Amino acid sequence: MAWLLLILPLVTAAVTALVTRKNGSVSAYISVASVIATLAISVLMLLQGTKDGSSFTWIAVGDFKLNIGLALDSLSRGMMFIVTFIGTLVHIFSLGYMKGDESKGRYFACLSLFMFSMTGIVLADNFVMMFIFWELVGVSSYLLIGHWFTKNAPVEAAKKAFLTNRIGDFGFMIGILMIWGMTGSIAFDEMKETASAAATAHSKMFGIAVLCLFCGAVGKSAMMPLHVWLPDAMEGPTPVSALIHAATMVAAGVFMLARVSFLLSLTEAAQLIAWIGAITSLFAAVVATQQNDIKKVLAYSTLSQLGYMVMAAGLNASDAAMFHLYTHAGFKALLFLGAGAVIYACHHEQDMWKMGGLSKKMPITFATFAIGTAALAAVPYVTSGFFSKEQILVSAYNGNKMMFFIAGLVAFLTPFYMMRMFTAVFLGKPRTDQAEHAKEVPSVMNLPLIVLAAVSIVAGFGVVAKVVLGEHYVHAAVPFEVLFVSVSTMIVGAGLGFVLYRGKESEPLPVAFIRDKFYLDEIYIAIVRVFQDGVAYVSKALDHHVVDGITSRGSASTVVGLGSLFRRIQVGNLQAYAFLFGAGVILVVYLLVFA
Amino acid sequence: MVTLNHYLFVSGVLFTLGLTGVMLRRSLIVIFMSLEMMLSAANLSLVAFSRFNLVDGLPNYNGQAFVFFIITVAAAEVAVGLAIIVALFRARQTTNVDDITSMKY
Repeated sequence: MAWLLLILPLVTAAVTALVTRKNGSVSAYISVASVIATLAISVLMLLQGTKDGSSFTWIAVGDFKLNIGLALDSLSRGMMFIVTFIGTLVHIFSLGYMKGDESKGRYFACLSLFMFSMTGIVLADNFVMMFIFWELVGVSSYLLIGHWFTKNAPVEAAKKAFLTNRIGDFGFMIGILMIWGMTGSIAFDEMKETASAAATAHSKMFGIAVLCLFCGAVGKSAMMPLHVWLPDAMEGPTPVSALIHAATMVAAGVFMLARVSFLLSLTEAAQLIAWIGAITSLFAAVVATQQNDIKKVLAYSTLSQLGYMVMAAGLNASDAAMFHLYTHAGFKALLFLGAGAVIYACHHEQDMWKMGGLSKKMPITFATFAIGTAALAAVPYVTSGFFSKEQILVSAYNGNKMMFFIAGLVAFLTPFYMMRMFTAVFLGKPRTDQAEHAKEVPSVMNLPLIVLAAVSIVAGFGVVAKVVLGEHYVHAAVPFEVLFVSVSTMIVGAGLGFVLYRGKESEPLPVAFIRDKFYLDEIYIAIVRVFQDGVAYVSKALDHHVVDGITSRGSASTVVGLGSLFRRIQVGNLQAYAFLFGAGVILVVYLLVFA
Repeated sequence: MVTLNHYLFVSGVLFTLGLTGVMLRRSLIVIFMSLEMMLSAANLSLVAFSRFNLVDGLPNYNGQAFVFFIITVAAAEVAVGLAIIVALFRARQTTNVDDITSMKY
């Protein structure tokens, strides 16, 4: 039955792409039905604790066997539930958000393809299968970001996302091959047994292999230096941003790290992983404080929270990372869908300084968005975000005091920029006509918001979390310093944000360097251009001089040279010809008679 | 005694003179005459061979018959060759072979 989880979305994608593409509404309903079915199956599996995962051999070459199989342990069951749950809500929201879009059929086909690919990553029982679906998820992301491909910006963003992912995947592939070589297997359960022996035998290579594996997470989960695609990916439709770039796809990197946490615990290289997570987290939080587009704020917020998760995974606290992934999926999806509702109501306006006063115009959205903001800022005890963030702060406190300091800084900046956005969008008075005339979105879009708001509150409580996370639920003891830091940063950050940005018409403290993301994008473009021009120059020189020199220009000039050599014989003088004729005869006679 | 070698020597000299004339003279008609001289040199050597290689006391008449053929061919060739020279003169108004260089590269 678990195979249905894979087959249903694939069949839906095929049907909506090939058969019902022109009819948007039918495609939409088919997709929604299929994802609700997968949700039902995954809830069933979660409650029953199904452990049976079947597999069949796809490639068998000599001793090597490559299986396509499903691994159903508590990690994948919990993740499957998250993916299908958020997926269902996003599909329902898309019914309303994409109502007027003319390529609805293509949209839902790509969404179903994404559900198929993500399911594959979650359920994979070996690295190669995970890699195949990893790439498929990248393709789905490309298709969905570039949904409105008639405009230039989505096209560029989709290209950037795919290429950046690809760079990470290259490292990932190398890592898979190295781990395979060292442990002798690519299936996760077999690898567990041989991993510690391999790690002690070749410790340096093992560390490098783990770092290469991490490259895949760097690409997919947008860690530095490959973080540049995630903010640009906001060019896609907002439900896509909610599903892919907040809740599930970017979490795939963290999921992979949790999957192979037994490898991470065997090497010192995990420290580097934790540092990259921490630095990304801080960088993204700083940049988020200056963004004016609400989706970009949420994108950088996602980057920052992903940094938290990766940091925890690097500190061998992958259970805390999974806990935060699970709660983050809930409230980040809520925030994105809420932003989608706001954008929809303001007729596709995304600049927060052109909104304002929406608390009165859109009460349900206001309430749910407030709950989401509270969860992200980790308001103590009543929100899910508090519990998971605490676990991460505990792991940082126990791991590395410097990282705990960085995590605390981020915990200060997060409520700050969220309050900034919340104040600018919902509080005060409407600043433009569009905000003046905004009205509440239809219930097909409100219902997912309400459901997610409820999730954001209860998901952190032990009873709920234990069901979803199973044996991976962690509730370590919280030292007083951690509790103090977490609560105080939240209060100070939120208060500062509210006070600084209340009643303002536009950004009062613009810092261009921060707003332009520290000019990293421009640096990358310059680097790429230098390399491309260099390679192009060398290739052109090689092609012109070596390849053409031997083949076309070489043979041509040889022929021309020989030709100009031989035509000197055509003197046009009769007697010269006669002389040559005679000389030739004498030569022939000599050769015949005397030699 | 006048032996075969003397005749062959004379034939060789005649042939060389003819060849030199073909290569060095400028007038087409003189070139043609030298060509004829080369042919008669060949005739002379054939007749000499015929006379000095006796078959049962009599000359080997194969050589002399061959000479007849050569004379006939020479006559035909002269006819054709003079026709070509006349046509060439009509086209170029000159029989100077140095002036006919339109096939030069």
